[in-house]
Amino acid sequence: MLSINDLCVQIEDKKILDGINLDVAAGEVHAVMGPNGSGKSTLANVITGKLDNLTQGRITFNGMDLLDLDPEERAREGIFLAFQHPIEIPGVNNIYLIKAAVNALRRHRGESELDAIDFLAIVREKMKLLQINESFLYRSVNEGFSGGEKKRNEILQMMMLEPKLTVLDETDSGLDIDALKIVSRGVNSLADAGRSTVIITHFPRILEYIVPDHVHVLIGGRIVRSGGKDLAHELEKYGYTWVIEDTPAAVA
Amino acid sequence: MNQSTATDISGFVNREYKEGFVTDIESETFPPGLDEDVIIALSAKKNEPEFMRDWRLKAYARWKKMTEPVWAHVNYTPIDYQSISYYSAPKSDADRPKSLDEVDPKLLETYEKLGIPLSEQKMLAGVAVDAVFDSVSVATTFKKTLADAGVIFCSFSEAVQEHPELVQKYLGSVVPSGDNYFAALNSAVFSDGSFVYVPKGVRCPMELSTYFRINAMNTGQFERTLIVAEEGSYVSYLEGCTAPMRDENQLHAAVVELIAFKDAEIKYSTVQNWYPGDEEGRGGIYNFVTKRGACRGENAKISWTQVETGSAITWKYPSVMLEADNSIGEFYSVALTNNCQQADTGTKMVHIGQNTSSTIISKGVSAGRGQNSYRGLVRILKGAENARNYSQCDSLLMGDRCGAHTFPYIEVKNPTAKVEHEATTSRISEDQMFYCRQRGLSEEDSVSMIVNGFCKEVFKELPMEFAVEAQKLLGISLEGAVG
Ligand SMILES: Nc1ncnc2c1ncn2[C@@H]1O[C@H](COP(=O)(O)OP(=O)(O)OP(=O)(O)O)[C@@H](O)[C@H]1O
Ligand SMILES: [Mg+2]
Repeated sequence: MLSINDLCVQIEDKKILDGINLDVAAGEVHAVMGPNGSGKSTLANVITGKLDNLTQGRITFNGMDLLDLDPEERAREGIFLAFQHPIEIPGVNNIYLIKAAVNALRRHRGESELDAIDFLAIVREKMKLLQINESFLYRSVNEGFSGGEKKRNEILQMMMLEPKLTVLDETDSGLDIDALKIVSRGVNSLADAGRSTVIITHFPRILEYIVPDHVHVLIGGRIVRSGGKDLAHELEKYGYTWVIEDTPAAVA
Repeated sequence: MNQSTATDISGFVNREYKEGFVTDIESETFPPGLDEDVIIALSAKKNEPEFMRDWRLKAYARWKKMTEPVWAHVNYTPIDYQSISYYSAPKSDADRPKSLDEVDPKLLETYEKLGIPLSEQKMLAGVAVDAVFDSVSVATTFKKTLADAGVIFCSFSEAVQEHPELVQKYLGSVVPSGDNYFAALNSAVFSDGSFVYVPKGVRCPMELSTYFRINAMNTGQFERTLIVAEEGSYVSYLEGCTAPMRDENQLHAAVVELIAFKDAEIKYSTVQNWYPGDEEGRGGIYNFVTKRGACRGENAKISWTQVETGSAITWKYPSVMLEADNSIGEFYSVALTNNCQQADTGTKMVHIGQNTSSTIISKGVSAGRGQNSYRGLVRILKGAENARNYSQCDSLLMGDRCGAHTFPYIEVKNPTAKVEHEATTSRISEDQMFYCRQRGLSEEDSVSMIVNGFCKEVFKELPMEFAVEAQKLLGISLEGAVG
């Protein structure tokens, strides 16, 4: 589904991503872990098109060259990013944004736009699962939402858009234990053989609920180690220095 | 769009109407130029009573002694007042497009985007025959409903003929003929406009909107509006229309006077979308408007809401004179400037009575090389015990070639007054744009959504259908403003 080859990103003089290779097949869950500033969000930004100044490399998504597509085109092809820091848009009702997003997607697929009543029925059902109060629909997008509420709102949008590839950028950070379970349930409600997920996280806990097929460790802009789900626990036990010491190439 | 297409379009589009409203005009046009004889002839042409003619002449005498204001934060080439024709009869059907096929496709595309029904599209584009037929029948239905309620709503010319006593009593009682340069000119030569009279205790049974769209067609360059709301009455009046209107007349100098008596409320909403000119600002309309309301009885309320997206130059300050105790003035405004547009707008709230209060919410959006100025005056006179004002002026900039300027003037002569002023300037952030685009919205839809969010406090004051149209309009006006 997603294939990243030898991806390099440089901002000003600094190499942020330095030769990333990653293949995510349909139905797979991949976790990306790594210390602060190692380039995880940058990777998400390149996949979604916020950054397009690659110095090198290729990204394809279901055979399409992603670098040819604008951010909105990538979104309509089914790529969704749950933001690490969701953005506030004053004066724009949450429901209005979600509806516009759903309808943009439907138009792209040649489907008719949802009418207000059908739309409301669907959004209510998802909100119930995520235990979000209906009043959130009528508040301005993310404005005055608590950290955890913002994260839930991201997952609500994801559930409404039913993406093929979801990138969760630290969606678990700032969530309490119950909220983490609820949010994971939301993510899993979409899981099927045709959809893939990339979870960027600092904590193995979310991986208990959304179980990864692969775990990658990103340090200094490189994937220095990949493994199965146990790798997350080893990381927790031994920390990133352990990976670095264990993998001399990483500190080059 | 280049200049030659702009000229083609103004050739196609003719906003004046013949049938239905003005039947007593013979086909002819005065040669350009302005002097006393022109005014006397104009008044005679309109079959006006003596008081009307004298009023015009007095205004003209004042105007001659005045000089054009230069303080507005706008630049334009000087207007040659002797090159304007001050009376021109409507064009004949032969000059109109026969069907929409003959109308500029670009204009039609915009109508399409705004979702304007076909019959109205024809009307706006000035298509002959059946469009006129449609609108006359619609207008007749409205007229009956209003007449049943006792509301007078007619063209200004008609009011001069049918209700001269009302016109004589109220005309110029809020905006005196010598008030300012453009008001004086308007008073001398105004062509037509609208007149509304709501009797005591009557709640006007409909928004005076669709009707106005039709009625607006025969008002010219110098438009005059007078609205009187008697004790305990209510009226909501919608001026203008979101569809782009083109006009061969470059200068527009309108005067609007509102009078609200005890416990009466007038809500006046405007969507102004005159032709702004091409990307270089060529051929756009100059819109110099004097709008003022007077709260003449206790608890009277006047509220102006405006969405300004058109014109090359807009110069306009809807104001409220809070003459009576406990009266309320409100001003909600969105002004958008793109390309070379210049807008200098704002309001004046003059607190005269006790416990008077006013609210000003102004949202300026500048894109391209647009220049947007807010100029607001809050004046609290000596006798205005416990007056309050709250002003909020927010500017949103898109790109780095546009400008926003805020000029708040506050004069307080009574120590019990409470005056609050807040101002912000912001830009659409890249993060907001990316967030929307990541959700699948196009760049233009993202801008339009963010800008509409910024303007929300004003849009919620507009009547429902108008608000929806205004939102779409804002999106269309901003097309090409990003990237
Ligand atoms: N626009 C930018 N200009 C300069 N430096 C940048 C820019 N964007 C990212 N960086 C730098 O790139 C590095 C990687 O940032 P990134 O946000 O990808 O880290 P991260 O792995 O997501 O960190 P965290 O775990 O703290 O979220 C950081 O050192 C950051 O300062
Ligand atoms: Mg990050």
